[in-house]
Amino acid sequence: MELDTTVQIELYKSMLRVRLLEEKVVELYPDQEMKCPVHLCIGQEAIAAGVCAHLKSDDYLFSNHRGHGHYLAKGGDMRALVAEFYGRTTGCSRGKGGSMHIIDTDVGLLGTSAIVGGGIPMGVGAALAATLRGEDQVSVVFFGDGAFDEGVFYESYNFATLKKLPVIFICENNFYATNSPQRARHAGSRIADAALVFGSTGICVDGNDVEAVHNAAGTAVEHARAGKGPMLVEALTYRWKGHVGPGTDFEAGCRSEAELREWIDRCPIKSFRTKLIENGILNTETNNRIAEAITDEIEEAFQFAMDSPLPEPSDLLTDLFS
Amino acid sequence: MPWTKVYSDRSEFDLAVEKDPALRGLTYRDAILEASTQLLESDSDFFILGEGVDDPGGVFGTTKGLAERFGTERVMDTPLAENGITGVAMGAALAGMRPLLVHMRVDFMTISLDQIANHAAKWSYMFGGAVNVPLTIRAIIGRGWGSAAQHSQSLQAMFTQVPGLKVVMPATPYDAKGLLVSSIYDDNPVIFIEHRGLYETVGHVPKELYNIELGHGVVRREGADVTIVAISQMLSEAIKAARRLSNEGIECEIIDLRTLLPMDKGIIIESVKKTGRLVVADTGWKEGGYSAEVSAVIAEEAFDLLKAPVQRVALPNVPTPASHVLEAAFYKGENDIIEAVKRVVR
Ligand SMILES: Cc1ncc(C[n+]2csc(CCOP(=O)(O)OP(=O)(O)O)c2C)c(N)n1
Ligand SMILES: [Mg+2]
Repeated sequence: MELDTTVQIELYKSMLRVRLLEEKVVELYPDQEMKCPVHLCIGQEAIAAGVCAHLKSDDYLFSNHRGHGHYLAKGGDMRALVAEFYGRTTGCSRGKGGSMHIIDTDVGLLGTSAIVGGGIPMGVGAALAATLRGEDQVSVVFFGDGAFDEGVFYESYNFATLKKLPVIFICENNFYATNSPQRARHAGSRIADAALVFGSTGICVDGNDVEAVHNAAGTAVEHARAGKGPMLVEALTYRWKGHVGPGTDFEAGCRSEAELREWIDRCPIKSFRTKLIENGILNTETNNRIAEAITDEIEEAFQFAMDSPLPEPSDLLTDLFS
Repeated sequence: MPWTKVYSDRSEFDLAVEKDPALRGLTYRDAILEASTQLLESDSDFFILGEGVDDPGGVFGTTKGLAERFGTERVMDTPLAENGITGVAMGAALAGMRPLLVHMRVDFMTISLDQIANHAAKWSYMFGGAVNVPLTIRAIIGRGWGSAAQHSQSLQAMFTQVPGLKVVMPATPYDAKGLLVSSIYDDNPVIFIEHRGLYETVGHVPKELYNIELGHGVVRREGADVTIVAISQMLSEAIKAARRLSNEGIECEIIDLRTLLPMDKGIIIESVKKTGRLVVADTGWKEGGYSAEVSAVIAEEAFDLLKAPVQRVALPNVPTPASHVLEAAFYKGENDIIEAVKRVVR
């Protein structure tokens, strides 16, 4: 089913926003003013965009170390995100968390764990809360193929299915956990199939095709909102940068350059843009206008971050308890 | 003795080599790599497993090249399944192997606390000594560059609270190699914690395999005025502090415990007999921390020797913050040790 053109444009903007923001991080990271590790999702933007397009601002979201895309696509405040990279008091975690620990409770993002798999059960718990309160919120957990190794995934999925909780499991399978390839860690190759043993449904999609992701996530969100329990969406993708930091990693022998080139050719943003232009939904002029508006927003966010105050040493002891 | 000496940097070691050409310099990182290599060469029951041990980076260089050389069966990358894999390693140990399980960060070990604390630590005692678990778990403390709350914990006290574990924290290249070998040949579960900040340090490391018996501290510096018990990376901070204090006429005696559990109480008490003052510098948290245990031992067993209250230099009771300003306020170092010493020698 062909998507509405306004939805298509929104998906495109959402992806581009994440891409341009992270490209700015790549550009400025060498200045060493963002003094924290950054795990970039360049190449994987379609998943965050395609999934979050279905969510209302009070739907819950739990993210992982590679979370900038999830945060932005869910509607998180860009200025607070960038300020967090810079360790400022105006950061979304007031400088306590850094790039791996971002949050925006206004849009249902209740935290980001950098312990692999750590966010999965919390996503189930938020869905449980919605159910207990009789509200129609759903909860989404984003996790990588690496988190599929962790026992907590199975424990959480079983519980969520057993209790028919409105949670959607989105596995971003980029085929690597740091430098360890999926085949070195998984006996099977299709993560989505794991849903079957719980009598649940798994869907495997091309994670670089934003419409395919949107479609699969739509099915899963609808299913969850209807009180039918979780679905597992496995979205196949690839990260262009190294596991951590702004550089590529093929030089160090972590992966092959040819493999990276293949995936860059399948850029989720470029291919969607081409399609939109071919179908007359986008033209060069509107595309430039969209990109400019996003660039302005990003410039403003970085300026805001750099102009923001650093914490005082006395802030060290605050926030431990509420 | 060349192996008790701590060199603050490479140039200091190079000077020492000029005087004694028999010295062999190795970094802490390479000392771990060398011990692992020689154990793989010499003992077919020994094997290494962990996340990324076959990675091109080789766990910050400490397992680099081992998978290529010894094969991926003996240097085995594992799924991200910390608790399960710990149990697997423990099972292999029960069945006669001597596994070395490696974690890039101590933080990830908290997931395997079940297998460590409920199982490995209990298995000898709970079965009346019928079996034992010769399992060694290496874990690394990260620090700095906004590592933040989940990638920088210094959790040694959590492990020293569990009877049935041994806990080792080497501070020099010589100790890293010798204590790793002893940990592997210990018939009990050993938690072996390394600080990233030590990886580049250089010291004398003999080529051959050697053991350092667990449970023995060393005096790193002699002094009559105050005893500093320094753990892991705090040793180098204590040495820097002692040099500066010496310029002011205060002589510190520095003790490196090397093994936290069992604790070498004797070496601390002997020193406090001489100095009457104690400062404990730990990389971990202060409240309920290992420094509290050291202080309590002295309060219980050597109270009469003390001329001043014990002082502790350890982390404040908050998780590690990300922002560099807060990191600077969070971590303790040479200056904090100097202040603590001055509080007791007045
Ligand atoms: C429990 C735990 N084990 C190991 C790590 C170290 N680590 C951080 S990210 C990562 C890889 C995660 O891979 P995946 O879930 O596929 O996410 P990706 O990085 O590919 O987005 C690893 C091993 C960790 N943070 N937590
Ligand atoms: Mg992955």
